[in-house]
Amino acid sequence: MSKGEVLLKMRDVRIDGFSDERWHKIIKGVDLTLHRGEVLGLIGESGAGKSTLGKAAMGYTQPGCRLVSGSIEFEGQDLAQMSDKEKLGLWGTRIAYVAQSAAASFNPAHRLIEQTTRAADRAGIRALSESRSDAIGLYESLQLPDSKHIGERYPHQVSGGQLQRVMTAMAMSPRPDLIIFDEPTTALDVTTQVEVLAAMRDIVERFDTAAIYITHDLAVVAQMADSIKVLRYGEEVEEAETRQMLSAPEKPYTRSLWSVRALEKEENSHDDYILSVDSIDASYGPTQVLDQVSMQVPRGCTVAVVGESGSGKSTTARVITGLLPSDAGSVQFNGELLPRRLQDRSREQLQKIQMIYQMADTAMNPRQSVGEIIGRPLEFYLGLSGAALEQRIIALLEMIELDASFFDRLPEELSGGQKQRICIARALAAEPELIICDEVTSALDQIVQEGILKLLLKLQNELGMSFLFITHDIATVRAISDEIVVMFQGKVVEQGPKSQVFSPPHPEYTQLLLSSVPEMDPDWLTGVLQSREQSQEHGG
Amino acid sequence: MNPIITTVCKRLALGLATLVVVSAIIFSSISMMPGDFAQAILGQAATEDTVAAFREELGLDRPAIVRYFEWIKGVAQGDFGTSFSGRAASGVDRSREVVDLIAPRLWNTLFLASVAAVVAVPLALFLGLTTALYRNSAYDRSANAATLTTISTPEFFVAYILILCLSSLWPVFPSLANVDASTGFLDRLYKVALPAMTLTLVIVAHMMRMTRAAIINLLASPYIEMARLSGASQREIILKHALPNAWAPIATVVAFNLAYLVVGVVVVEKVFTYPGVGQLMVDAVTTRDMPVVQACALFFAATYILLNLTADIIGIVTNPRLLHPR
Repeated sequence: MSKGEVLLKMRDVRIDGFSDERWHKIIKGVDLTLHRGEVLGLIGESGAGKSTLGKAAMGYTQPGCRLVSGSIEFEGQDLAQMSDKEKLGLWGTRIAYVAQSAAASFNPAHRLIEQTTRAADRAGIRALSESRSDAIGLYESLQLPDSKHIGERYPHQVSGGQLQRVMTAMAMSPRPDLIIFDEPTTALDVTTQVEVLAAMRDIVERFDTAAIYITHDLAVVAQMADSIKVLRYGEEVEEAETRQMLSAPEKPYTRSLWSVRALEKEENSHDDYILSVDSIDASYGPTQVLDQVSMQVPRGCTVAVVGESGSGKSTTARVITGLLPSDAGSVQFNGELLPRRLQDRSREQLQKIQMIYQMADTAMNPRQSVGEIIGRPLEFYLGLSGAALEQRIIALLEMIELDASFFDRLPEELSGGQKQRICIARALAAEPELIICDEVTSALDQIVQEGILKLLLKLQNELGMSFLFITHDIATVRAISDEIVVMFQGKVVEQGPKSQVFSPPHPEYTQLLLSSVPEMDPDWLTGVLQSREQSQEHGG
Repeated sequence: MNPIITTVCKRLALGLATLVVVSAIIFSSISMMPGDFAQAILGQAATEDTVAAFREELGLDRPAIVRYFEWIKGVAQGDFGTSFSGRAASGVDRSREVVDLIAPRLWNTLFLASVAAVVAVPLALFLGLTTALYRNSAYDRSANAATLTTISTPEFFVAYILILCLSSLWPVFPSLANVDASTGFLDRLYKVALPAMTLTLVIVAHMMRMTRAAIINLLASPYIEMARLSGASQREIILKHALPNAWAPIATVVAFNLAYLVVGVVVVEKVFTYPGVGQLMVDAVTTRDMPVVQACALFFAATYILLNLTADIIGIVTNPRLLHPR
């Protein structure tokens, strides 16, 4: 790789953030050098400071943060010494920003094209008459459908993947020298992510723009970046060229990040079903969301339900638990037909199926201590009290690999992974036979995810628990499942043992889904695009 | 646009239904007031027979439900009935139509409310936006302190202070706002200056603080940070990015205060002896002049409903999700 001149040079950058009435160190002296046309991947877990560092590269610190020391030289000018007014002159024109959630980052009150051209128009980069046609040209090169008219729409009228591409067009419109991509595909479905990644990589290459690409997903950064910098606790772990970093990471921490995806479970499958869902239809008001959904969970096994957002995975869980009464079809548990409505089910039926949610934060009462949270199902279902209750709570805490010292803590004193463990303990407390896990690891960092998945596997081995595991992440599926159900637009595409679903031939949608999962190979994206192009040529 | 029109029509129909419910509440609560007009006019000394005879003449002896439906039927046709006052047990009838009694008062009330609104609403919006723009500056703090002072002072006190300053010490405006049908527009404006000023001082604080809060609330949204990172100045952020999304809460608080200008100003009317609907209603309550009380109450209710409806509609048409469905 030939490197151009230095565009951005950050030296010994230190940033503090204010919380709990005092200043904490967020970035502890990081150096960063970026050349013209170079793409640098910033990777790390949440709290590593990658987003803060990315914004600092623009000379911006969020409200509640402050730049303590260090220099941020952009083309030789130190952004750290600049006035706000001078920085405004650079932002949006020379340095652009692409945010994680496009849906939240577009102003709902303005048309897309107005927002796309605003920064360039303000700076007078080109004649106003040309700015629209330029935007349309960018939409076209980002392969947005109906590129001539899509700009006339409002943000809520286009899909998440399209919005993210419009935001890339918005960043590119003034032809900046540097773009900060802040987790731009994290909120997208895996099948959408491929197109967005390809479009972004393409346009950055075409205009020879330098970029900082922030993400927690290694496989994604491998596609986008020339080199990768790993951050942890606000410090640099290591930096190297992408291929070298992937094949031979030096530091143990980096290697641990790399190894998470290697988790895999031996398959176990039989036809003694604990749960069997038969031809379920369900709807929210007039909109039908489930169409003839059937699936079975073998006793003591894990069935993973995969699909994009909106495919009906969570709705299926709601029907099984009785939160959403089905319109047609039946749910059998242990060979017994379950009443459709939650209110009609017996306490025992309720006890045997428990649920764990994605957001452990919102699934717990913030005013209750860990002991109260876990104790509630013990009192309700098992009628425990006094010393017996306390003993059981402590036994459950041990089961989830926490100790008795957690008994009196409040949820806000726990880390994300610990919170999810408490939710698992609460589900276990009821002594269920089936636990429905709804995206339980999606909000967690990779290393924490691994811990939770290992815990679930251990519990299954020890207690013979059955799991219905809803997820959109194929790596998680590999790690934990015995059988797989693929859902798409409210229908089941296929169900089968993991080995069968993962090996060809695949139904069309499964093929698309599996081939969209980024791999830790820098050539993966190019390969996928080529093979899709070929199959289209053959097909057409 | 069609779904908008249907929504608006639905809201209008709901408003009308609310008004009907309110009319029943007004009627029944007035029926529950102790004593009636006949008693009030004839006094304690009157015999049972005289009172009963007078009641019969007024139609008060019939069941409440019949009287309610007659009243509603009349109202639907624009007939609010005849005032009781001016009628005497002797059979002499010098009473007036309720409409004739209320109409000039109504015009006075609306005039005062409009003058106050025309000053107060733009002023409140301006203050709200600028305090949001220069948040935590000395300007922001003094504007907040000043408006808080005026809102926490009883309005009669504000009124007397204004009279003291602008009428007694420096006689700029008259302390009496005694207008009638023959008063010309400019003269009217001159006479209502002090009451309008009092009302403005009382309502600006609420509207300004809500505008400021609505804008500041939006400033935490990701799209505001995005606008900032694409080079928008603070001024552009407030006016172009925050304000268009803040109309709904602002409209709600403005509507609330405008309604107050119409229905809650009896104290100010009293201080300046301004002949508005509020005073008329208070007088009618004392004399148990039910047709007038009912008409005033119904008018107040309609004002509330209409203004809140307008705020709702503004909330709908400034929401691009509703205005431009997928």
